Amino acid sequence: MEQRRLGWPRLLGLLAVLASPAFATRNLGLWPMPGSVQMTPRLLHVSPDRFFIDHSPASKAGPSCALLQSAFQRYYDYIFGFNKWRHGPAKPHSEMDLQKLLVSVTQDPECDNFPSISSDESYTLQVKGPVALLEANKVWGVLRGLETFSQLIYQDSYGAFTVNESKIIDSPRFPHRGILIDTSRHFLPVKTILKTLDAMAFNKFNVLHWHMVDDESFPYQSITFPELSNKGSFSLSGVYTPNDIRRVIGYARLRGIRIVPEFDSPGHTQSWGKGQKDLLTPCYQGTQSSGTFGPINPILNTTYSFLHALFKEISTVFPDKFIHLGGDEVQFDCWKSNPDIQKFMKSKGFANFERLESFYMEKLLDMVSTMGKRSIVWQEVFDNKDKLSPGTVVQVWKSDKFPHEQSKVTEAGFPMILSAPWYLDVIRYGQDWRGYYEVEPLDFPGSEKQKTLVIGGEACLWGEYVDSTNLTPRLWPRASAVGERLWSHQGVRDLGDAYSRLTVHRCRMIRRGISAQPLFTGYCNYEDGMSQ
Amino acid sequence: MAGPALWFPLLLAAASAGRAAALWPWPQYIQTSDWRYTVSPHGFQFRYHASSAAQAGCSVLDEAFQRYRAVLFDSVALRFPSPAERHTSEKNSLVVLVVTAGCDQFPSLESVENYTLTINDEQCLLLSETVWGALRGLETFSQLVWRSPEGTFFINKTEIEDFPRFPHRGLLLDTSRHYLPVASILDTLNVMAYSKFNVFHWHLVDDSSFPYESFTFPELAKKGSYNPATHVYTAQDVKEVIEYARLRGIRVLVEFDTPGHTLSWGPGVPGLLTPCYSGSHPSGTFGPVNPTLNSTYEFMSAFFLEISAVFPDFYLHLGGDEVDFTCWKSNPDIQAFMKKKGFGEDFKKLESFYIETLLDIVSAYNKGYVVWQEVFDNKVKIRPDTIIQVWREQASVSYMREMELVTGAGLRALLSAPWYLNHISYGPDWKEAYTVEPLAFEGGPEQKALVIGGEACMWGEYVDSTNLVPRLWPRAGAVAERLWSNEIVSNLESAFKRLTHFRCELLRRGVQAQPLGIGYCDTEFEQN
Repeated sequence: MEQRRLGWPRLLGLLAVLASPAFATRNLGLWPMPGSVQMTPRLLHVSPDRFFIDHSPASKAGPSCALLQSAFQRYYDYIFGFNKWRHGPAKPHSEMDLQKLLVSVTQDPECDNFPSISSDESYTLQVKGPVALLEANKVWGVLRGLETFSQLIYQDSYGAFTVNESKIIDSPRFPHRGILIDTSRHFLPVKTILKTLDAMAFNKFNVLHWHMVDDESFPYQSITFPELSNKGSFSLSGVYTPNDIRRVIGYARLRGIRIVPEFDSPGHTQSWGKGQKDLLTPCYQGTQSSGTFGPINPILNTTYSFLHALFKEISTVFPDKFIHLGGDEVQFDCWKSNPDIQKFMKSKGFANFERLESFYMEKLLDMVSTMGKRSIVWQEVFDNKDKLSPGTVVQVWKSDKFPHEQSKVTEAGFPMILSAPWYLDVIRYGQDWRGYYEVEPLDFPGSEKQKTLVIGGEACLWGEYVDSTNLTPRLWPRASAVGERLWSHQGVRDLGDAYSRLTVHRCRMIRRGISAQPLFTGYCNYEDGMSQ
Repeated sequence: MAGPALWFPLLLAAASAGRAAALWPWPQYIQTSDWRYTVSPHGFQFRYHASSAAQAGCSVLDEAFQRYRAVLFDSVALRFPSPAERHTSEKNSLVVLVVTAGCDQFPSLESVENYTLTINDEQCLLLSETVWGALRGLETFSQLVWRSPEGTFFINKTEIEDFPRFPHRGLLLDTSRHYLPVASILDTLNVMAYSKFNVFHWHLVDDSSFPYESFTFPELAKKGSYNPATHVYTAQDVKEVIEYARLRGIRVLVEFDTPGHTLSWGPGVPGLLTPCYSGSHPSGTFGPVNPTLNSTYEFMSAFFLEISAVFPDFYLHLGGDEVDFTCWKSNPDIQAFMKKKGFGEDFKKLESFYIETLLDIVSAYNKGYVVWQEVFDNKVKIRPDTIIQVWREQASVSYMREMELVTGAGLRALLSAPWYLNHISYGPDWKEAYTVEPLAFEGGPEQKALVIGGEACMWGEYVDSTNLVPRLWPRAGAVAERLWSNEIVSNLESAFKRLTHFRCELLRRGVQAQPLGIGYCDTEFEQN
């Protein structure tokens, strides 16, 4: 068996082959860059009329694997579908043809599973005439390999579909490669979420972190507590029904993407209060309640019975092993103002409100772990010295000295997700993708063991200024920079090379219906909105 | 406590006042009341007043009537009204009275856009001097009609007298850094009309590409466009844009920027650009247009003859910004020319020489011109009717000081410096654009009178058809109101409410306008 991971020098060598004048290949825009790419100058012609993708006889998966069947169809369309109208003249069948891509899954394929944090996404791809072979341990690797395969095929100057003979060995650097969307500050139609999942697959992202609810609105339609969205959503059409959610989860599964829902508490919960009486803390002005509300009231038993029922439901609705419990930015003013809370603090002997917050979070974390789920929390929960059970994942989001925070979290032995440098909602003029690209997630003081605790990262597109009108061009291709950082080898970081590949990749996304915005001056053969 | 019967009219009052208070841009004079009339979607029509100078057959208004019918009622399934809906106080037509005909003309800097709109018991009348004013009034009318949650359309008793503060209210699109499909341009023209912009400044070509298909010099686009088959504007495309704009009362001010920003011209016109030297040899790269050759001016004569004919507007934009002297300096022929002319080492003089010659050429075609501020800064001899566009925020002086200098020299000025909408930042940056006061510079009333307006600019380095619409709207709306409404309309809170509402209205009309802040619209944008 070949070496799985090639060192950077080896990869450089391979790239040098690509760039040598004797063999000047075109810029295919492979994105994210696979672990190892070997390519020969030998060209194969791919005819849309004859070429097909099929299961290898040796594969453990077959036509009953719906996930693969639909992926074969999808990728056939991505490769040819948008250009059928102008492919070159049919050439006679020859040795130079690539007739099919055979897909072989070598272990239990997991066709009907949901992807998980430990899903094996590695694959090898051998493109040679007349039959190319894509081999993977699991269907997840097949999905990633199909994406790569589709990126290898291009149209020559006569419009003929062409691919270089090549061999690719690939696997992700980090297992958690996420995009955060926020459906509370603005409601995002299901279609927009599905489009985002499409684009995520093109960039080998594998987690949609669905920041479902927040202060502003509660669009999640709960079966147990329908009043939450009845009263807490922006409008009756701004709601995700159980059916919508099933659709999103199923669509994501077919693309090897996990849905990690976030129900952030005890802060960021104003919208919960509308549909659930007495859940939020009444704030006081002097001795009178002021009519406004603060974070979830952590001192009432009813709070925890409500949370138990809600999270019980959530843990069934969302199949992923992980639930994000939030825990960020809890404002203490309201708690401080409330005499019942003060009394409770005294009786518990809590010296500060961080202790009260911890009291709440610990109960919630325990509750969720009894439901067989693992928790992700924002960094404050760790910073406040809550007792976290081992295995709780800490998401680092504060941009101030984030490497220091990474050290602390991993030193304490917790797995972590990095988001701090990747808040894509914070826009600037110019090529800000370069900043995202240059981040090295393991660039913090710590031992090798600590580094292994970094399970990945997430690009976050918070919704204060984002809705379905501008989500797609704001997210892509800026998030692609993060996608490559999380998938490709640490050494893949040349900005000039990234720029030229990403430019091609963005034009490919446009052809596939994603309105990805330009990196800089230039053009795509097919522009968004251009009539054909 | 009041019973439900008393609450009902109060709620309605709140709803209706909210609607009339949502106009964008805000009109000069408005009186509105809670008294409302129903508007019936199936019965409603726009009609010409018997004594109107424009009558059926007037293309500008005929087509506008159709457009606004669609804007108002297209989402409504036609049905017969239930008897309960047959109000006596129903308005089933808007009568339009235009004083001066002129349906087949093009709008101009001098076009009168005034209108009055009277909706009361006796009439529902739009009165205007010209068809252009009628277009503005129709837009206002379309923003006055509102729909109750039950689906009934209403319009409140309202009296509006309106006219623009500035005659030049422009929006710049850049089709060189990225090619914009014609459909993107047409869509933009629609939204411009919704916000009462009246000049489309078409920065058609630049260093990056030359998408304009010239019939005199077809090689320009053949060699200078990104792709001569797909990324060009044909004569037909240009005609379509001009006519589409005309029907919306929008002028097309085309810009062919020289002598800098012309790299894309080079491949199609050998000898046009200055060859740069490194040492005593040409380096193979090129600089600005070569101002020392007769052939340059022969080309410009022929080229601008075509442009003058293709673009009907009186004004052409001749650019003149950011000329880099490095290449000129390096070229021995240029050096020799400088010596011969006695320019010394002052390349600004060479630039002036070029621009002056070009301006003479264009003047001879009976065109006026707009230029970027450098032409003024470099003391080029220009005709007194030249319009100077102020675009630099700080260099070398603040833009307000520049406005003062330009108007102090007796020249007309256009303001763009604070309105570069391609510059983006986190948060509600529309407020900065909104709070600009174009006349807040030192100078007497005669100087202020020389400010003919301003332009929101959407340069194309990072903008193409994928992100143009949400980046432009509703941010450009802030500029639109500043240029149309009275100076005293400057309350940010009221603007926020109205602009939020206008943005939802844009969504309803199918425009992918981005949010100003947290919230929602009844109609959200759904991608296909």
